Amino acid sequence: MSEEYDNNKTSYQAQSSEVLGGSSGTTPSDMDYVRPAEIPEQELYHAHSFIEKWVFCQDAKVIGVQYFLTAVFTGVVGLILSWLMRLQLGFPELAGFMTAEHYYQFVTMHGMIMVVYFLTALFLGGFGNYLIPLMVGARDMVFPYVNMLSFWMFFVAVAVLMASFFVPGGPTGSGWTLYPPQAILEGTPGSGAGILLMLISLSLFVIGFTMGGLNYLITVLQARTRGMTLMRLPLTIWGIFTATVLAMLAFPALLVSSIMMTLDKVLGTSFFMPTIIKAGEVLEYGGGSPILFQHLFWFFGHPEVYIVALPAFGIVSDLISVHARKNIFGYRMMVWAIVGIGALSFFVWAHHMYVSGMNPWFGFFFATTTLIIAVPTAMKVYNWILTLWRGNIRINTVMLWCLGFIVTFVNGGITGIFLGNVSVDVPLSDTYFVVAHFHMVMGIAPLMVIMGAIYHWFPLVSGRLLDEKLGKWHFWATFLGAYSIYFPMHYLGFIGVPRRYFEMYDSPYMTSGVGLNEFISTAAFLVGAAQFILIYNIIKTLKTGKPAGKNPWQANSLEWFTSTVPPEHGNFGDRLPVVHRWAYDYSVPGAKEDYIPQTTPPSEVADTEVEKT
Amino acid sequence: MHAGIIFLLVIVGSILFHIFTPWYWTDIASNWGGMDDTITLTFWVGGGVFVAVCLFMIYCVFKFSYKEGRKVEYKPEDKKLEKILTWATTLGVAALLAPGLVIWNQYVNVPKNALEIDVMAWQWGWQYRLPGKDQKLGTTSPMFISDDNPFGINIDDPYGRDDVMIQSDIINLQNNRPVKILLRSVDVLHNWYVPQFRAKMDAVPGIVTFYWFEPNKVGEYEVLCAEYCGVGHYAMRGGVEVQNDSDYQSWLGQQETFSDLIAKQNDIQIEHNKIAKKNDLNIKKDIYIEN
Repeated sequence: MSEEYDNNKTSYQAQSSEVLGGSSGTTPSDMDYVRPAEIPEQELYHAHSFIEKWVFCQDAKVIGVQYFLTAVFTGVVGLILSWLMRLQLGFPELAGFMTAEHYYQFVTMHGMIMVVYFLTALFLGGFGNYLIPLMVGARDMVFPYVNMLSFWMFFVAVAVLMASFFVPGGPTGSGWTLYPPQAILEGTPGSGAGILLMLISLSLFVIGFTMGGLNYLITVLQARTRGMTLMRLPLTIWGIFTATVLAMLAFPALLVSSIMMTLDKVLGTSFFMPTIIKAGEVLEYGGGSPILFQHLFWFFGHPEVYIVALPAFGIVSDLISVHARKNIFGYRMMVWAIVGIGALSFFVWAHHMYVSGMNPWFGFFFATTTLIIAVPTAMKVYNWILTLWRGNIRINTVMLWCLGFIVTFVNGGITGIFLGNVSVDVPLSDTYFVVAHFHMVMGIAPLMVIMGAIYHWFPLVSGRLLDEKLGKWHFWATFLGAYSIYFPMHYLGFIGVPRRYFEMYDSPYMTSGVGLNEFISTAAFLVGAAQFILIYNIIKTLKTGKPAGKNPWQANSLEWFTSTVPPEHGNFGDRLPVVHRWAYDYSVPGAKEDYIPQTTPPSEVADTEVEKT
Repeated sequence: MHAGIIFLLVIVGSILFHIFTPWYWTDIASNWGGMDDTITLTFWVGGGVFVAVCLFMIYCVFKFSYKEGRKVEYKPEDKKLEKILTWATTLGVAALLAPGLVIWNQYVNVPKNALEIDVMAWQWGWQYRLPGKDQKLGTTSPMFISDDNPFGINIDDPYGRDDVMIQSDIINLQNNRPVKILLRSVDVLHNWYVPQFRAKMDAVPGIVTFYWFEPNKVGEYEVLCAEYCGVGHYAMRGGVEVQNDSDYQSWLGQQETFSDLIAKQNDIQIEHNKIAKKNDLNIKKDIYIEN
C-alpha cells in the first residue's frame, strides 16, 4: 500500500502546485467554481511495520478505533460496577460479600469511568478521530504523531486508573466528584494510594486529551477541503468541534484541582483543607477552602456535561436527517445553538452547588443562566422533530436509536429545569432525583446516540451492515429497560431517599421504595445483558454480514465518498473531494434521487430547486 | 408502525405512573410549601412539553414512515416558526424561573425572630447547641474542642456560658417557631436534611453555613446526612422532635448548659483523679502479683 502512495505522491504535488497557482481551469463552468486551496496538501507518513500500522499508528481512523475499543473496555468495567451497586440496592441479601467500602468504591469508579473515560473518550477520541478528517475532506489529522501520543497517553491514564483496583486500600471511594476534605482523609475508602492514582490518571487524561484536542480543532479550522466552508460542515463536526473547544478550556480546571489536591495529600499543603479534627486530634491542615475545590471541579464538570452532549447533538442531527431523507431543519439555528450552549455552559457551574454552603446569593445568578440554556437546547429539540415532519422516515435501527434519544433527552432535559431552578433544587438535590436526571440526560441519551452512530457508521468502518433484526431487539431491550430504570427512580428522589446510601435501614418513607428498588435493579441487569446482543451482532456481522458497498444509506456527507470502503490511509485516493453544498440536500424537488452528495457540482443538478447553501 | 405504538405506550405509561404512583413526597412539615408548589408547576409545564414533543414525534413516525416516492418537504429554514418557538420557550422558562427565584429570596433572608441553632457535624454524628437566656450563641473554634468542651466554645466569651448543649443526635424544636440552622463541621462535608422540612444545606469545615425553616407539624422526624462524608455516610442519621410550646419548654428546662458542664467536668475531674490514683495502686498490685 505504501508503495502505491509513493507513486502517487508526485501527482499530489502536481495537483497542489496547480492549485497554488490559483488556476481554476479545471472547473467545467463558472457555476461550479470553488476557491482554490490555499496551502499544499499534507504529506502523510505511511506505516512501515505492523507496530506502526496497528499499535503506534498515526492514522486518525485507527487511532479512533483504538480510542473506541479502550473506551468501550472501560465502559464494560463501569457497567459491571453498576451491576454490583444495583445488586446491593435492590437485593442486599444477595450482596453479602459487599461492604460499605466496596459500595462507595464502585459508585466512585463507575461515575468517573462513565463520564470521563467512557463517554468523553468515546465521543471525542473515538468518533472525533474517525470522523473529523473524513467529514471535512482531509487525508488525516494535521498532527498525526501528536495524535498517536494522545491515544497512548489516554491508554496509560486508563491503565493507572485500573491499577487503583489492585493497590492496598483499593480505588478511591470518595464519589466521582472527589470532594475534599473526605477524599484524602481516612474514613473514606481508598484515601491513600487509591485517590492518588485517580488524580494522576486524571492529570494524564487531560494531558493526552489536550494533544488530541489541538488536533481536532486545527484540523477542522485548517484542513477542510476546497469548498467546505464552516457553514457547510455537518453538524457532527460542529458538535465535536465545539465540545473540543469546551474541553480545552474546562479540563485545565480539572488538572489544576487534581494537582492541588495531590499536593494537599502528599506534601500537606492546605489548598482545600481547613482546620480539621479527626478522632480528637487536630490535623496539620488549616486555612484552605473545600468550596474552592467545588468551584474548580464544576467549572470543569459542567462544561463536561456538554462535552458529552454536544457531539451527541451533532451526530443525532446527522443521523435523523439521513434517515428521515430530509434536510436538518434550521441548520443555522442548530449551529448557533451548539455554539451558544457551549459558551453558556461556562456560566452555570455553580448550579451544582446551590446547597454547598457557597454564598447563597449566587443562586439567583446561576439559576437564571441555567434556565437560559434551556432555550437553545429546546430549539434543538424542536428542530429534530421538525426534521421528521413531512420527511420520509426509515424506521430502521439507526432511526430507532435517534427516536429513543429524543424521548430520553427531553425527559432528562425537563428534569434539569427542576434542578436548575434554585429553590426547587433544595428538596431534590443529593437525592435519587438527581441520579435519575443525570443518567437520563447525559447517560442514556448520549448512549442512544452512540448506539445509533455505531449502527450507522459500522458499514463504513467494516464494510458490512449490522443485522437489523438483532439491532432492533438490542434497541428495544436497551431503551425500554433504561427508561424503566430511570423514570421511576425520580420518584425515589421525591420521597427524599438520598443518593450514595449503602443501606436504607427502616426509615418509614424509604422502606416504601424497596419494591421499586428491586424492580430498578432487575431492569438494570437486563439492560446490561442486552448489550451482549450488540457484541454478538458485531462478531456475526464481521464474519458473515451483508457487504455494505459504498454509501449504503444514500448519505451526502464526505465520509461515504472515500476511495475504498473501509477507507484506507489517506482517505480519498488521488484527489481530495471538492465540496459544492451543505450535507443536507435530501429530497430536493426536481432531483432524480432523494439525495445530492456534497461533492455534486451545481451544473449536474441544474434543474433542481436547491437553496443556496 | 410497531415502533410508534411502543413509543406511545411508553408515554401513556409515564403519565399513568405519575398519576398513580405510590411513591411521592412525604407530607410537608415546614413552611416551604412554596417549593412543592413550584415543583408541581414545573411538572405541569415541563410534563406538558415532554408529552407534546413525544406525541409530535410519534405522529411523525405514524404519518411519515418510509414509502417509496413519498413527497418530502424541502424547506431548510422557517424563520417565523423558529422565532415563535424561541419566544414561546423563553416565556415558559421565565414563568418557571420567577417563582423559583421568589422562593429562593425567602430562603436566603432569615426572619429576625428565628431561633439560632448550632448544628455541629462530625464523622459520623450530630450534636446541637441552643442559645441560653441571653438569646446569643457564644463564639466557637475547632481548636477549643476537647473532651471537656465538646462544642469548642470560647471560654472567654460570656455569651457562651449559658448556651444549652445537647450531646445527642436528637434535637427538639418548637412548633411554628422559625429556626436558623447554623451548620459547622469539624472534619468533612455533611448536610443536615429532614425530607419533611424540604430544606437542606451543606456543613463545611472551616466556615459556618445556614438555612432556615419553620416546622409546622408536631411529630418525630429522621435527620439524614445528605452530603457524602465517607464510609459511614448512610448511617449518619439523627432525629428531630417538633413539640408544642409547653412540651418544648419542659424539655428545654432539663438540658444542660455550658456552665453546668464545666462544673460537672470539674467534679468528674476530681472523681477521675481519685480513680486514677486507685488504678495506679491496682496496677502496682497487679505487677506485684505477676511477679
